[in-house]
Amino acid sequence: MTGEAPRPSTGQAPLLSARDLRKTYGPTTALDGVSLDVRPGEIVAVMGPSGSGKSTLMHCLAGIVRPDSGELRYRDRDLITASDAERSALRRSEFGFVFQFGQLVPELTCLENVALPLRMEGVRRKEAERRAAHWLDRLDVSDVAGQRPGQVSGGQGQRVAVARALVTDPAVVFADEPTGALDSLNGELVMRLLTECVEQSETAVVLVTHEPSVAAYSHREVVVRDGRIRTSAGLSR
Amino acid sequence: MSVSHTLLALLERGPRHGYDLKQEFDAQFGQDRPLHYGQVYATLARLLKNGLVEVDAVEHGGGPERKRYAITAAGVSDVEGWLSRPERPDLYLNSTLYTKVVLALLTGRDAATILDVQRAAHLDLMRELTRRKTRGDLADALICDHAIFHLEADLRWLELTGSRLDRLADEVRR
Amino acid sequence: MSPGRPRQLAFGVWLAFRGGVTGWTRLALTATAVGLGVAFLLLAASVPNLLSARDARESARVDYLQDLDRRGDDTLLLGRVDTEFHGVAIRGRLLQPEGPAAPVPPGLTALPGPGEMMVSPALAELLSAPGSELLRARLDYRVAGRIGDEGLSGPGEFAFYAAGDRLAGKSGVQRLNAFGETGQGDGLNPRLMLLVVVAFVVLLAPVVIFLAAAVRFGGESRDRRLAALRLMGADRRMTRWYAAGEALAGGLLGLAIGTVLFLAGRRLIGRFTLWHISVFPADARPSLPLTVTIAVAVPALAVVVSLGVLRKVAVEPLGVVRRAGQGRRRLWWRLLLPIAGLALLAPLFGGRADTHGQLTQVQVGGGVVLLLAGVVTLLPWLVEAVVRRLGGGGGLSWQLAVRRIQMDSASSARLVSGVAVAVAGAIALQTLVAGVRSVSVQDTGADLSRAQVMASLDEGVTFTEAKEITARFAATPGVRSVTGNATSIALVADADQGMPFIMGTCADLREIAEIARCRPGDAFITITTEDDPEPPRPGQRVVVEGTTWTIPATATPVKGERSPDGGAWRGAILVTPEAAADLAAKPLRLLLYLGLDPSEPDAVELVRNTAAEVSPLMRVYGIQEVQVDDRFAGILRGILVGTVAILLLIGTSMLATTLDQLRERRALLATLTAFGVRRAVLTRATLWQMAVPVALGLVPAALIGTGLGLALLVMLGLPPHVGVANLLLTVSAGAGLVTLVTLASLPVQLRLMRPEGLRTE
Ligand SMILES: Nc1ncnc2c1ncn2[C@@H]1O[C@H](COP(=O)(O)OP(=O)(O)OP(=O)(O)O)[C@@H](O)[C@H]1O
Ligand SMILES: [Mg+2]
Repeated sequence: MTGEAPRPSTGQAPLLSARDLRKTYGPTTALDGVSLDVRPGEIVAVMGPSGSGKSTLMHCLAGIVRPDSGELRYRDRDLITASDAERSALRRSEFGFVFQFGQLVPELTCLENVALPLRMEGVRRKEAERRAAHWLDRLDVSDVAGQRPGQVSGGQGQRVAVARALVTDPAVVFADEPTGALDSLNGELVMRLLTECVEQSETAVVLVTHEPSVAAYSHREVVVRDGRIRTSAGLSR
Repeated sequence: MSVSHTLLALLERGPRHGYDLKQEFDAQFGQDRPLHYGQVYATLARLLKNGLVEVDAVEHGGGPERKRYAITAAGVSDVEGWLSRPERPDLYLNSTLYTKVVLALLTGRDAATILDVQRAAHLDLMRELTRRKTRGDLADALICDHAIFHLEADLRWLELTGSRLDRLADEVRR
Repeated sequence: MSPGRPRQLAFGVWLAFRGGVTGWTRLALTATAVGLGVAFLLLAASVPNLLSARDARESARVDYLQDLDRRGDDTLLLGRVDTEFHGVAIRGRLLQPEGPAAPVPPGLTALPGPGEMMVSPALAELLSAPGSELLRARLDYRVAGRIGDEGLSGPGEFAFYAAGDRLAGKSGVQRLNAFGETGQGDGLNPRLMLLVVVAFVVLLAPVVIFLAAAVRFGGESRDRRLAALRLMGADRRMTRWYAAGEALAGGLLGLAIGTVLFLAGRRLIGRFTLWHISVFPADARPSLPLTVTIAVAVPALAVVVSLGVLRKVAVEPLGVVRRAGQGRRRLWWRLLLPIAGLALLAPLFGGRADTHGQLTQVQVGGGVVLLLAGVVTLLPWLVEAVVRRLGGGGGLSWQLAVRRIQMDSASSARLVSGVAVAVAGAIALQTLVAGVRSVSVQDTGADLSRAQVMASLDEGVTFTEAKEITARFAATPGVRSVTGNATSIALVADADQGMPFIMGTCADLREIAEIARCRPGDAFITITTEDDPEPPRPGQRVVVEGTTWTIPATATPVKGERSPDGGAWRGAILVTPEAAADLAAKPLRLLLYLGLDPSEPDAVELVRNTAAEVSPLMRVYGIQEVQVDDRFAGILRGILVGTVAILLLIGTSMLATTLDQLRERRALLATLTAFGVRRAVLTRATLWQMAVPVALGLVPAALIGTGLGLALLVMLGLPPHVGVANLLLTVSAGAGLVTLVTLASLPVQLRLMRPEGLRTE
């Protein structure tokens, strides 16, 4: 947290603000009182051991999973009470997603996949595919535009996924182990392109990872352990 | 590795003779390199002079007189400061980090925090290197990568240790 | 805001059409399956028109209602000369106009001139075929034209109209001045009607299930796709619209394919004759209301089913990432349907009060539908309940299969629910039909060892002529024995009573009565155990063929015996010709019993030819041991064809579903093979995976089917009756179908199990 790199001023109002989020799945407590702010343009790495609740936290922040209790706001909207339709609309226009795998529609070509969020917004097909092609180009995967996800390499697939996450010009991108299935070189490429793109557009990123070298692309990290965020408070007994 | 901080932290558990301190140090950390008596007494003398320890009692037996040392309040805060200060990320840190973790466990402090603090320090350096790498040329990138991979190894160790703290605590307190 | 619904619907349709080879295969599969179902439904929807068109044609040519006394300018004499050739029934009529305005039957433009006949296209073909020499000899007329379609019941009907000659006054010949009937026929009897209603329900229920199954093809990949869209921000409502759009694409395409299939099938339909029934393509016109219903209901069903599936899957954004387990199935609502069905049927058990009313038909139809639907709803619960208790013990293949079913018992149950319903329905129908038939089938008492064929000549011949005719038959190749008699009715003077009068030689009379001693000139009276009102008495004066005659006082009472066709003469007067010489010169009805040589295959045809030579009006028919109401035979056949067609239809859907599931699991299969699990184990696992739900599905199917059949029987006031053989046959047909499907899917499975399958998606 002492990085001297240029990073968004902490004075800005947070985009996402979570207070004391709790979520249980049957007997397991996935989140046990998590508070976290994400500011515009900020890249926050969420780290922690497996099963600690990183993904659950991310899903809550993105409005995919509704926490059992706590407060959660995006800008001035209350995500806890928001309806499914409202949260979906947010996902559509304000959020982007990159997962480890599986988020591309296997039946559609890469170009169509990237154009998909736009088309869901009602953008005409031609226009949507034109903008999709632009993003494929920015992520250096124009050559696989006509191929299906099953026909491209993992690294290319992830870059297509990043293109799709960014095509709607979202305010926050949620990435869950975006490089989890890639070797270090490909992982690095994906991370570099992702961070370059968001830097220019002031897009915030919530980056779930347990790889330090991936977390190193963030501005700050939070560590989740047993459903709680570790704070470096005092050491006294 | 700071012997004086280590001895000081060991004293925090209760007053001890110099001889006992050496025994205890060797048992926890001296697997490959036991302390000399001379080093123990020299260190204790320096700590005494700085007011971090005090002589608790002097025993007059058949042989030479034996002093029992105890930690002072200043000593306790010195230990605390040392433990909570991250080590400068460097190569082959583990022995110091290991010492710190064990001492935290022995003195009943939160060892996980030590790991978290250290992780933050490591990550900051990694961020710095990553930035340099993405801006610089290939030579820069290769040099940075070397450092990054080593830091990553440390971070892995921190991670792993973090998830084994409970078992480690049981073992050192045995 | 999200874009409008039409946009979302259109987007869903677009999605359905995307998706490369596998996507297209799935869409094609769905559309073809829906198309098959639609074609089937359209065919069913044509049945009313088919029947009414056939009815109309048949009633337009009805010729048995009139028999005028006086000849006129506009009268026509008509003789029935139906015959049979190598098992083919041929409708024949002799027409002899009595004036210039004589009526012309439908399908003809003019009456056949002397020595001519008009034939149906099928008969023309048969006549010119090789091997029809005997028929050509029998119908020895010059073919002067064709009978038009409007004069035929179907394109495959064999029929002819030939010129009659000297028909006047002959018995069995009618005089008419018009063809056709004005009123309606008496229709089907209520029992038959009920049977038809049930048959329709039972045959169409699996088609609906089939349609529903077809809509689900590719369900897993669709769920994945929708989950991905959810993640990208589709809300539940949008997801539903997309799913509806996709389903609609399959449904509409299927509708189109179904229409094409139906139209194509209709053109072919005229070429086939199944069990004496042929259909004019033009008659297979689906009724408009039914067609509209189908056109609306099929896409609607597609949409409703896919939305119903969605509701259960509750596609969540994380569907791609994690799959939540589902809760346990509840039993109570699954029992609602069958209970409602029973509730509908129950009031009918009391009596057979009004089996004719339309309300009752609706009630029965509804009850049957609900009961069969009960099979569909109960099956998933049953499969889950049973499979949950199954251990993973046993071999690896068993373990794999059980775990797989446990994970998704619903799709296993769905896979077999079509078969289960078809089997349940078929069993119900068979039970019902067998029950109804057991009452209407009568043992004729015929003794086939004595004679196999009967010939009768109604127009009347003298006894001398009769003997001559008998001799001609005896001389016909292939005829072993001829017995016979001349019959008439003896009217009791000034009493409204008649008794059979039978004239024959002693040998002839011995065929029908226990006669110890008989010499020419003897007369007998058959006595019966039943108390006939007025048995003939010796010395009684009677009128035979307009001549007064006294039963000889010497007439001895004898015990009547069954004739070879099973009939028995009761209270009859049996005389030798010498005992009634003046009556022997009168024209009497001739009845002959012929024993044939089984080694002469054409014996019957030769007999028919001899008969035709004697008189075209002479009839020849086979003697049967049992007599069945023809219409039951037709319905039974209909059920059989329907069941087989439905099972095949379901088989295709099962195969498609199985292949679909295999494709979805290809990565797993490949992984397991890569691990070194032997293919035989995986193959066996697939077999188990099918066999367990099938076993679980067929047992309740058999029970419900039998129960339903028995219930319907009770409702009709008929004795309960279970045909175990039929039941087993149907059940094993269902099981066989599943085995067949599994075997058919094996090659694909083997191909998918190659480790190369690992790289997918
Ligand atoms: N849908 C779910 N149903 C049941 N339990 C769940 C579900 N989602 C998460 N959990 C549980 O919640 C806990 C936290 O899960 P989560 O996926 O957030 O961990 P994670 O930190 O992302 O782990 P990993 O690094 O392995 O991805 C786990 O114990 C997990 O089993
Ligand atoms: Mg996770």
